[in-house]
Amino acid sequence: MRGRLWGLALYMFVLVFILNLLGIVTHVTVSAFAYRWFGTPLPRGFTVQWFTYAWKEFGLAQVLGITIFVALAVVFLSLLLGFPAAYILARRNFRAKPALMLLYFLPLLIPQMTYGIPLATTMFRHGIGGSVAGVILAVMVPMVPLAIFILMPFFEQISLNLEWGAAMMGANRLQIFRRILLPLTLPGLLTAGILILVNTVSNFELTFLVSGAGSQTLVVALFYNVFAGGVRPVYSVDAMALMYMTMVMLLLIVALRFVRPTQMVFRLDQPKG
Amino acid sequence: MRRLRIGEPSELDLLAMACLAPSLLYVLVLFVYPFLYGIYLSVRPMKVPGFSLANYIAFFTDQYQYKTVGITFRLAVPNTIVVVAASLLFAYNMRRGIWLERTVTTILVLPISLGVILLSQGILGFYGGKGWFNQMLLGLGLLEDPLVLTHNFTGVMLSLFMQQFPFCFLMLLGYISGIDPSIENSARTLGANPWTVFRRVMLPLIAPGLAIAFALVFVMSFATFPSAILLGQPTGATRTIAIAAYAQAFEQFDMSYASAIAVIMGLFQLAGLLIILLLRKRMVMAATMGVGKR
Repeated sequence: MRGRLWGLALYMFVLVFILNLLGIVTHVTVSAFAYRWFGTPLPRGFTVQWFTYAWKEFGLAQVLGITIFVALAVVFLSLLLGFPAAYILARRNFRAKPALMLLYFLPLLIPQMTYGIPLATTMFRHGIGGSVAGVILAVMVPMVPLAIFILMPFFEQISLNLEWGAAMMGANRLQIFRRILLPLTLPGLLTAGILILVNTVSNFELTFLVSGAGSQTLVVALFYNVFAGGVRPVYSVDAMALMYMTMVMLLLIVALRFVRPTQMVFRLDQPKG
Repeated sequence: MRRLRIGEPSELDLLAMACLAPSLLYVLVLFVYPFLYGIYLSVRPMKVPGFSLANYIAFFTDQYQYKTVGITFRLAVPNTIVVVAASLLFAYNMRRGIWLERTVTTILVLPISLGVILLSQGILGFYGGKGWFNQMLLGLGLLEDPLVLTHNFTGVMLSLFMQQFPFCFLMLLGYISGIDPSIENSARTLGANPWTVFRRVMLPLIAPGLAIAFALVFVMSFATFPSAILLGQPTGATRTIAIAAYAQAFEQFDMSYASAIAVIMGLFQLAGLLIILLLRKRMVMAATMGVGKR
């Protein structure tokens, strides 16, 4: 009986959570299509003008272009740097390994706001702050470790016998990499790539601290338009937020097809050392 | 030197070093170096020549600045407890699957896709003075005056909960569902009721994961930035330490002072982490001792 009540309470909480979520999303959606809305349950009239307004006024074509470019660059470069490191960390035991793992773990553990400020300071001092390259380099700081930690278990699953067998049949390192490791870790690369993509598109803190006028991604541009409160009609900001949500939600739906939900966060059962 | 077999556990050879070098170099140049540079910068104040702790002294003697520490703690601690407690409750009860599991998980995880801006816009609108939530309560006659839920602590807490709950929930779900169910089954077979199973068997097993979840959520909450600006009063009641650091860096352009505040923020996060990990050690010891007595 008590178990039954307990289960009921849980579903009640889920219901409240859904209502709350629905309220928040619906409110933004209705507001994005509202002509004017103040104090009434629903706006007087509906319009799509705020979407065209947002597209033109906020220069969304450019912002979207930068967002996609940054995201793809971060995915490619993080995998490029993370792949070999993950292979070695999964295969070898050496004395400095625990220390190295801890070092890779730190950018994921320490909040981006804490190391973002010194990072931005350094970047602006060396002249790469404010550029698209600067944004890519900054966002990669937590993404390279993320790639490593996602890829490691995929390498661990590949039997050593495969590599030995290939070597015995005369394959050199490059062939082992191309014929054995790459095909077998493809699911891992896909998982890591999608998660890095979602994380980069929705990354706020690092992008915000390092970006300049010409290198804002969608989230950061959104923030500045909210922050410039009063100047921009709230409906247009909502329209833009809605576009952002649609984009990330599509990515998330794609991601959930390939990735178990619990893979979206780094594994707790993976000791730091 | 003996030629090593492929994949053999070994010390580092040339290949291993070549594989590790790019990412290691990257982390050293873009993470470790800026970090150390920030610490160095923080003890080289703009106004005083040479090395000096002037920035740190300035922070802890200026009420407007040191108040941010208290504000941040008042936001981070309750938020951490609520987020972890709710996540534990859900993850624990979903450990063996429930009705509509995939749907429920998806719904609970959905807020990840909203993004902090849409979330704040939605909360401002939905829970605002003239929003649907207040309109509904007023319409039902439950309230005389609308509740003030935004531009204060409550607003920031709402936003933080929606952002952090999905992550914390998923972390704990992954952790708890990885515990061997036969342990729990044996406890039940030996006559333990569900509450005893939770307290005496599962909790000690979950404790390490729980401690890490606590630590991560606390550290993240302690760096609250966009939510505190959009849903709070960034110059008053919810001026968190991250806002103070940002304002020094990009409004006053005093990078040295800003670095000092970032260092202070990092130290408080570290302190919180250590306290949580120490508490965990004591908790596990108490649990094992309790079990050992019987």
